[in-house]
Amino acid sequence: MTGVGSKCRACKEPAVIDLPRHNAHFCAEHLQQLCRRQVAKAIDDFEMLGPDDRVLVAVSGGKDSLAVWDLLVEAGYRADGLYVGLGIGDYSSESKGYAQRFAADRDLELITVDLRDEYGYDVPTAASATGRVPCSACGLSKRRLFDRAAVGGGYDVVVTGHNLDDEAAVLFGNTLRWDVEYLARQLPVLPAANGFPKKVKPLVRLTERETAAWCLVRGIDYLVEECPIAAGNKHLGYKAALNSIEAGSPGAKAAFYHGFLDRMSPVLEGRSTSSSGDLSRCSRCGDATTAHVCAFCRLVEKAGAHQPVPVEMVLPKRRRR
Amino acid sequence: MKVLLRNPRREVDLEGASTVDRLLEILQLDREAHLVIRNGTLVPGDARLTPDDVIEVRPVISGGL
Repeated sequence: MTGVGSKCRACKEPAVIDLPRHNAHFCAEHLQQLCRRQVAKAIDDFEMLGPDDRVLVAVSGGKDSLAVWDLLVEAGYRADGLYVGLGIGDYSSESKGYAQRFAADRDLELITVDLRDEYGYDVPTAASATGRVPCSACGLSKRRLFDRAAVGGGYDVVVTGHNLDDEAAVLFGNTLRWDVEYLARQLPVLPAANGFPKKVKPLVRLTERETAAWCLVRGIDYLVEECPIAAGNKHLGYKAALNSIEAGSPGAKAAFYHGFLDRMSPVLEGRSTSSSGDLSRCSRCGDATTAHVCAFCRLVEKAGAHQPVPVEMVLPKRRRR
Repeated sequence: MKVLLRNPRREVDLEGASTVDRLLEILQLDREAHLVIRNGTLVPGDARLTPDDVIEVRPVISGGL
Protein backbone atom coordinates (compact mmCIF):
# COMPACT_ATOMS: atom_id res chain seq x y z
CA MET A 1 0.00 0.00 0.00
CA THR A 2 1.33 3.39 -0.93
CA GLY A 3 -1.25 5.60 0.77
CA VAL A 4 -3.35 8.34 -0.71
CA GLY A 5 -1.65 11.31 0.95
CA SER A 6 -2.95 14.86 0.84
CA LYS A 7 -5.42 16.39 -1.57
CA CYS A 8 -5.15 19.20 -4.10
CA ARG A 9 -6.42 22.49 -2.67
CA ALA A 10 -8.34 23.24 -5.86
CA CYS A 11 -9.98 19.94 -6.84
CA LYS A 12 -9.45 17.54 -3.89
CA GLU A 13 -7.81 14.96 -6.17
CA PRO A 14 -4.57 13.35 -4.87
CA ALA A 15 -1.78 15.95 -4.69
CA VAL A 16 1.63 15.56 -6.33
CA ILE A 17 3.35 18.39 -4.47
CA ASP A 18 3.20 20.37 -1.25
CA LEU A 19 4.06 24.06 -1.51
CA PRO A 20 4.47 25.44 2.01
CA ARG A 21 4.78 29.04 0.78
CA HIS A 22 1.24 28.76 -0.57
CA ASN A 23 0.16 26.69 2.44
CA ALA A 24 -1.30 24.22 -0.04
CA HIS A 25 -0.97 20.97 -1.96
CA PHE A 26 -1.68 20.71 -5.68
CA CYS A 27 -2.41 17.98 -8.23
CA ALA A 28 -0.49 18.00 -11.53
CA GLU A 29 -3.17 20.00 -13.35
CA HIS A 30 -3.50 22.70 -10.71
CA LEU A 31 0.25 22.92 -10.23
CA GLN A 32 0.45 23.79 -13.93
CA GLN A 33 -2.33 26.33 -13.51
CA LEU A 34 -0.41 27.95 -10.67
CA CYS A 35 2.78 28.13 -12.76
CA ARG A 36 0.95 29.62 -15.76
CA ARG A 37 -0.67 32.28 -13.56
CA GLN A 38 2.60 33.21 -11.87
CA VAL A 39 4.37 33.59 -15.21
CA ALA A 40 1.49 35.59 -16.70
CA LYS A 41 1.51 37.88 -13.66
CA ALA A 42 5.27 38.46 -13.94
CA ILE A 43 4.95 39.23 -17.66
CA ASP A 44 2.03 41.63 -17.07
CA ASP A 45 3.39 43.35 -13.95
CA PHE A 46 6.71 44.19 -15.57
CA GLU A 47 5.52 44.53 -19.20
CA MET A 48 8.00 41.85 -20.21
CA LEU A 49 6.54 40.69 -23.52
CA GLY A 50 4.11 41.89 -26.14
CA PRO A 51 1.89 39.48 -28.08
CA ASP A 52 3.73 40.10 -31.34
CA ASP A 53 7.28 40.10 -29.97
CA ARG A 54 9.84 37.78 -31.51
CA VAL A 55 11.32 36.10 -28.45
CA LEU A 56 14.72 34.41 -28.09
CA VAL A 57 14.94 32.05 -25.11
CA ALA A 58 18.43 31.34 -23.74
CA VAL A 59 18.37 27.55 -23.38
CA SER A 60 20.84 25.47 -21.38
CA GLY A 61 19.08 22.09 -21.39
CA GLY A 62 18.32 22.48 -17.67
CA LYS A 63 14.91 22.68 -16.01
CA ASP A 64 14.46 26.46 -15.89
CA SER A 65 15.24 27.33 -19.48
CA LEU A 66 13.19 24.43 -20.87
CA ALA A 67 10.31 25.26 -18.50
CA VAL A 68 10.20 28.91 -19.52
CA TRP A 69 10.41 28.03 -23.21
CA ASP A 70 7.55 25.54 -22.76
CA LEU A 71 5.44 28.04 -20.78
CA LEU A 72 5.91 30.80 -23.37
CA VAL A 73 5.17 28.59 -26.37
CA GLU A 74 2.10 27.21 -24.61
CA ALA A 75 0.95 30.79 -23.91
CA GLY A 76 1.19 31.58 -27.63
CA TYR A 77 4.43 33.56 -27.82
CA ARG A 78 6.67 33.26 -30.88
CA ALA A 79 9.72 31.92 -29.07
CA ASP A 80 12.87 30.40 -30.57
CA GLY A 81 15.70 28.95 -28.49
CA LEU A 82 19.39 29.77 -28.37
CA TYR A 83 21.89 27.24 -27.05
CA VAL A 84 25.46 28.32 -26.37
CA GLY A 85 28.16 25.61 -26.34
CA LEU A 86 30.47 26.53 -23.48
CA GLY A 87 33.02 23.71 -23.83
CA ILE A 88 32.53 22.36 -20.30
CA GLY A 89 33.44 18.76 -21.19
CA ASP A 90 30.74 16.07 -21.14
CA TYR A 91 28.38 18.43 -19.33
CA SER A 92 28.16 20.67 -22.39
CA SER A 93 27.63 17.85 -24.89
CA GLU A 94 24.90 16.33 -22.69
CA SER A 95 23.14 19.65 -22.12
CA LYS A 96 23.10 20.36 -25.85
CA GLY A 97 21.41 16.99 -26.45
CA TYR A 98 18.60 17.84 -24.01
CA ALA A 99 18.02 21.23 -25.66
CA GLN A 100 18.00 19.70 -29.14
CA ARG A 101 15.60 16.89 -28.20
CA PHE A 102 13.20 19.34 -26.52
CA ALA A 103 13.15 21.51 -29.65
CA ALA A 104 12.87 18.61 -32.10
CA ASP A 105 10.03 16.93 -30.17
CA ARG A 106 8.00 20.17 -30.28
CA ASP A 107 9.06 21.33 -33.74
CA LEU A 108 10.66 24.47 -32.31
CA GLU A 109 13.57 26.45 -33.75
CA LEU A 110 16.82 26.08 -31.80
CA ILE A 111 19.82 28.19 -32.78
CA THR A 112 23.14 26.77 -31.59
CA VAL A 113 26.33 28.79 -31.16
CA ASP A 114 29.67 27.47 -29.97
CA LEU A 115 32.00 29.68 -27.98
CA ARG A 116 35.15 28.03 -29.34
CA ASP A 117 33.96 28.13 -32.95
CA GLU A 118 32.94 31.78 -32.70
CA TYR A 119 35.63 33.24 -30.48
CA GLY A 120 38.37 30.60 -30.19
CA TYR A 121 38.00 29.74 -26.51
CA ASP A 122 35.82 27.87 -24.02
CA VAL A 123 34.86 28.50 -20.40
CA PRO A 124 37.62 26.42 -18.75
CA THR A 125 40.24 28.15 -20.93
CA ALA A 126 38.78 31.59 -20.23
CA ALA A 127 38.84 30.98 -16.49
CA SER A 128 42.40 29.72 -16.58
CA ALA A 129 43.70 32.43 -18.92
CA THR A 130 42.14 35.36 -17.09
CA GLY A 131 42.13 34.21 -13.47
CA ARG A 132 38.41 34.96 -13.39
CA VAL A 133 36.07 32.73 -11.41
CA PRO A 134 34.79 30.26 -14.07
CA CYS A 135 31.13 31.19 -13.44
CA SER A 136 32.02 34.83 -14.04
CA ALA A 137 33.77 34.08 -17.35
CA CYS A 138 30.83 31.88 -18.32
CA GLY A 139 28.22 34.54 -17.50
CA LEU A 140 30.10 37.27 -19.35
CA SER A 141 30.50 35.06 -22.44
CA LYS A 142 26.89 33.90 -22.46
CA ARG A 143 25.49 37.42 -22.10
CA ARG A 144 27.50 38.64 -25.06
CA LEU A 145 26.47 35.72 -27.28
CA PHE A 146 22.81 36.17 -26.30
CA ASP A 147 23.03 39.88 -27.13
CA ARG A 148 24.68 39.31 -30.49
CA ALA A 149 22.30 36.52 -31.51
CA ALA A 150 19.25 38.56 -30.53
CA VAL A 151 20.30 41.74 -32.31
CA GLY A 152 21.61 39.84 -35.36
CA GLY A 153 18.49 37.70 -35.59
CA GLY A 154 16.04 40.58 -35.29
CA TYR A 155 14.56 39.40 -31.99
CA ASP A 156 12.71 41.89 -29.79
CA VAL A 157 13.60 40.37 -26.45
CA VAL A 158 15.87 37.80 -24.79
CA VAL A 159 14.25 35.55 -22.17
CA THR A 160 16.33 33.84 -19.50
CA GLY A 161 15.21 31.16 -17.06
CA HIS A 162 16.24 32.93 -13.86
CA ASN A 163 13.79 31.92 -11.15
CA LEU A 164 12.85 33.26 -7.72
CA ASP A 165 15.67 31.32 -6.01
CA ASP A 166 18.25 32.68 -8.46
CA GLU A 167 17.11 36.26 -8.00
CA ALA A 168 16.78 36.00 -4.22
CA ALA A 169 20.30 34.51 -3.99
CA VAL A 170 21.79 37.27 -6.15
CA LEU A 171 19.94 39.87 -4.08
CA PHE A 172 21.25 38.25 -0.90
CA GLY A 173 24.83 38.42 -2.20
CA ASN A 174 24.48 42.01 -3.40
CA THR A 175 22.97 42.99 -0.05
CA LEU A 176 25.73 41.30 1.96
CA ARG A 177 28.20 43.51 0.06
CA TRP A 178 25.85 46.54 -0.10
CA ASP A 179 26.70 46.67 -3.78
CA VAL A 180 24.54 49.61 -4.78
CA GLU A 181 25.54 49.43 -8.46
CA TYR A 182 24.37 45.82 -8.77
CA LEU A 183 21.35 46.34 -6.51
CA ALA A 184 20.19 49.23 -8.71
CA ARG A 185 20.40 46.99 -11.79
CA GLN A 186 18.71 43.93 -10.30
CA LEU A 187 15.40 44.06 -12.11
CA PRO A 188 13.40 41.36 -13.89
CA VAL A 189 13.35 43.54 -17.01
CA LEU A 190 16.29 45.32 -18.59
CA PRO A 191 15.06 47.56 -21.38
CA ALA A 192 16.82 47.65 -24.74
CA ALA A 193 19.54 50.29 -24.54
CA ASN A 194 22.92 51.19 -26.02
CA GLY A 195 22.60 48.51 -28.70
CA PHE A 196 21.79 45.75 -26.18
CA PRO A 197 18.47 43.89 -26.52
CA LYS A 198 15.68 43.90 -23.96
CA LYS A 199 16.10 41.07 -21.42
CA VAL A 200 13.39 39.61 -19.24
CA LYS A 201 12.98 36.92 -16.56
CA PRO A 202 9.43 35.52 -16.61
CA LEU A 203 10.14 32.89 -13.91
CA VAL A 204 10.85 35.34 -11.07
CA ARG A 205 7.60 34.37 -9.33
CA LEU A 206 8.39 30.61 -9.37
CA THR A 207 10.86 28.76 -7.15
CA GLU A 208 13.18 26.24 -8.72
CA ARG A 209 11.31 23.45 -6.95
CA GLU A 210 8.22 24.65 -8.83
CA THR A 211 9.98 24.88 -12.22
CA ALA A 212 11.43 21.39 -11.72
CA ALA A 213 7.94 20.12 -10.83
CA TRP A 214 6.55 21.81 -13.96
CA CYS A 215 9.06 19.84 -16.04
CA LEU A 216 8.17 16.57 -14.32
CA VAL A 217 4.41 16.86 -14.73
CA ARG A 218 4.83 18.07 -18.33
CA GLY A 219 7.13 15.17 -19.23
CA ILE A 220 10.06 17.47 -20.03
CA ASP A 221 13.33 15.58 -19.96
CA TYR A 222 16.03 17.93 -18.71
CA LEU A 223 19.63 17.69 -17.56
CA VAL A 224 19.44 17.03 -13.81
CA GLU A 225 23.18 16.91 -13.23
CA GLU A 226 24.70 20.17 -12.05
CA CYS A 227 27.45 22.01 -13.93
CA PRO A 228 30.65 20.47 -12.50
CA ILE A 229 32.34 23.85 -12.29
CA ALA A 230 29.49 25.50 -10.38
CA ALA A 231 29.60 22.95 -7.54
CA GLY A 232 30.25 24.68 -4.25
CA ASN A 233 30.13 28.23 -5.62
CA LYS A 234 28.98 31.23 -3.56
CA HIS A 235 25.65 31.40 -5.29
CA LEU A 236 24.79 27.87 -4.10
CA GLY A 237 25.82 28.85 -0.57
CA TYR A 238 23.41 31.80 -0.65
CA LYS A 239 20.63 29.54 -1.89
CA ALA A 240 21.24 27.06 0.93
CA ALA A 241 21.15 29.89 3.48
CA LEU A 242 17.88 31.21 2.07
CA ASN A 243 16.34 27.73 1.97
CA SER A 244 17.25 27.30 5.60
CA ILE A 245 15.32 30.48 6.40
CA GLU A 246 12.47 29.38 4.11
CA ALA A 247 12.11 26.10 6.04
CA GLY A 248 11.22 28.02 9.19
CA SER A 249 9.35 30.86 7.45
CA PRO A 250 7.63 29.66 4.27
CA GLY A 251 7.37 32.52 1.80
CA ALA A 252 10.46 34.31 3.12
CA LYS A 253 12.34 34.14 -0.20
CA ALA A 254 9.42 35.59 -2.14
CA ALA A 255 8.89 38.32 0.47
CA PHE A 256 12.61 39.19 0.39
CA TYR A 257 12.84 39.48 -3.41
CA HIS A 258 9.43 40.95 -4.22
CA GLY A 259 9.66 43.33 -1.26
CA PHE A 260 12.93 44.55 -2.75
CA LEU A 261 11.29 45.13 -6.13
CA ASP A 262 8.28 46.88 -4.59
CA ARG A 263 9.97 49.06 -2.00
CA MET A 264 13.74 49.24 -2.53
CA SER A 265 14.17 49.31 -6.32
CA PRO A 266 12.31 52.64 -6.65
CA VAL A 267 14.69 54.16 -4.07
CA LEU A 268 17.71 52.99 -6.11
CA GLU A 269 16.40 54.15 -9.47
CA GLY A 270 19.05 56.04 -11.45
CA ARG A 271 21.91 54.85 -9.22
CA SER A 272 23.55 52.45 -11.73
CA THR A 273 26.28 53.52 -14.16
CA SER A 274 24.30 52.29 -17.17
CA SER A 275 21.34 54.47 -16.21
CA SER A 276 23.47 57.52 -15.47
CA GLY A 277 24.75 57.65 -19.06
CA ASP A 278 28.46 57.30 -18.12
CA LEU A 279 29.09 54.84 -20.93
CA SER A 280 31.45 55.04 -23.88
CA ARG A 281 32.04 52.70 -26.84
CA CYS A 282 34.51 49.80 -26.73
CA SER A 283 37.42 50.69 -29.02
CA ARG A 284 37.39 47.15 -30.46
CA CYS A 285 33.80 45.95 -30.79
CA GLY A 286 31.92 49.22 -30.43
CA ASP A 287 29.59 47.95 -27.72
CA ALA A 288 28.68 50.18 -24.78
CA THR A 289 31.12 49.94 -21.88
CA THR A 290 32.50 51.88 -18.94
CA ALA A 291 36.11 51.14 -20.04
CA HIS A 292 38.24 51.82 -23.12
CA VAL A 293 38.05 48.13 -24.07
CA CYS A 294 35.00 46.19 -22.86
CA ALA A 295 35.31 43.23 -20.47
CA PHE A 296 34.30 40.77 -23.18
CA CYS A 297 36.97 41.94 -25.65
CA ARG A 298 39.57 41.73 -22.91
CA LEU A 299 38.40 38.18 -22.16
CA VAL A 300 38.53 37.16 -25.84
CA GLU A 301 42.03 38.59 -26.21
CA LYS A 302 43.44 36.61 -23.30
CA ALA A 303 41.44 33.39 -23.65
CA GLY A 304 41.66 33.19 -27.45
CA ALA A 305 45.45 33.27 -27.33
CA HIS A 306 45.65 30.63 -24.58
CA GLN A 307 46.22 26.91 -25.07
CA PRO A 308 42.93 25.01 -24.52
CA VAL A 309 42.48 23.95 -20.89
CA PRO A 310 40.52 20.77 -20.02
CA VAL A 311 37.56 21.19 -17.68
CA GLU A 312 39.25 19.04 -15.01
CA MET A 313 41.79 21.81 -14.47
CA VAL A 314 39.18 24.31 -13.27
CA LEU A 315 36.93 22.01 -11.23
CA PRO A 316 36.52 22.85 -7.56
CA LYS A 317 39.25 20.89 -5.74
CA ARG A 318 36.93 18.35 -4.14
CA ARG A 319 35.48 17.40 -7.56
CA ARG A 320 38.82 16.71 -9.26
CA ARG A 321 39.77 13.11 -9.84
CA MET B 1 13.57 0.36 -0.77
CA LYS B 2 15.80 1.46 -3.62
CA VAL B 3 16.50 5.16 -3.68
CA LEU B 4 18.16 6.92 -6.60
CA LEU B 5 20.16 10.01 -5.63
CA ARG B 6 21.68 12.53 -8.04
CA ASN B 7 24.71 14.78 -8.23
CA PRO B 8 26.46 12.40 -8.37
CA ARG B 9 24.06 9.73 -9.60
CA ARG B 10 23.99 6.73 -7.23
CA GLU B 11 21.57 4.18 -5.78
CA VAL B 12 21.19 3.29 -2.10
CA ASP B 13 19.08 0.73 -0.24
CA LEU B 14 17.22 2.34 2.63
CA GLU B 15 14.94 1.11 5.41
CA GLY B 16 12.65 2.87 7.86
CA ALA B 17 11.34 5.68 5.65
CA SER B 18 7.56 5.46 5.93
CA THR B 19 6.86 8.80 4.24
CA VAL B 20 8.58 11.19 1.82
CA ASP B 21 9.20 13.70 4.62
CA ARG B 22 10.78 10.97 6.77
CA LEU B 23 12.94 9.82 3.83
CA LEU B 24 14.34 13.35 3.36
CA GLU B 25 14.89 13.61 7.11
CA ILE B 26 16.89 10.36 7.15
CA LEU B 27 18.94 11.52 4.18
CA GLN B 28 19.34 14.96 5.83
CA LEU B 29 18.12 16.68 2.69
CA ASP B 30 16.34 20.02 2.50
CA ARG B 31 12.68 19.75 1.46
CA GLU B 32 12.84 23.06 -0.42
CA ALA B 33 15.76 21.82 -2.49
CA HIS B 34 14.38 18.43 -3.59
CA LEU B 35 11.49 16.67 -5.28
CA VAL B 36 10.65 13.03 -4.65
CA ILE B 37 9.43 10.72 -7.40
CA ARG B 38 7.77 7.45 -6.33
CA ASN B 39 7.49 4.74 -9.01
CA GLY B 40 7.75 7.39 -11.70
CA THR B 41 5.26 9.87 -10.21
CA LEU B 42 5.90 13.08 -8.29
CA VAL B 43 4.59 12.81 -4.71
CA PRO B 44 4.16 15.26 -1.79
CA GLY B 45 5.85 15.11 1.61
CA ASP B 46 3.14 13.11 3.38
CA ALA B 47 2.97 10.38 0.70
CA ARG B 48 3.52 6.94 2.24
CA LEU B 49 6.37 4.74 1.04
CA THR B 50 6.69 0.95 1.03
CA PRO B 51 9.76 -1.29 0.71
CA ASP B 52 8.79 -2.19 -2.87
CA ASP B 53 8.73 1.40 -4.06
CA VAL B 54 11.39 2.71 -6.40
CA ILE B 55 12.23 6.23 -5.33
CA GLU B 56 14.19 9.04 -6.95
CA VAL B 57 15.23 12.03 -4.87
CA ARG B 58 15.87 14.81 -7.35
CA PRO B 59 17.75 17.97 -6.37
CA VAL B 60 16.35 21.14 -7.90
CA ILE B 61 19.03 23.68 -7.07
CA SER B 62 21.15 25.05 -9.92
CA GLY B 63 24.38 26.92 -9.39
CA GLY B 64 24.83 28.63 -12.73
CA LEU B 65 23.66 32.10 -13.66
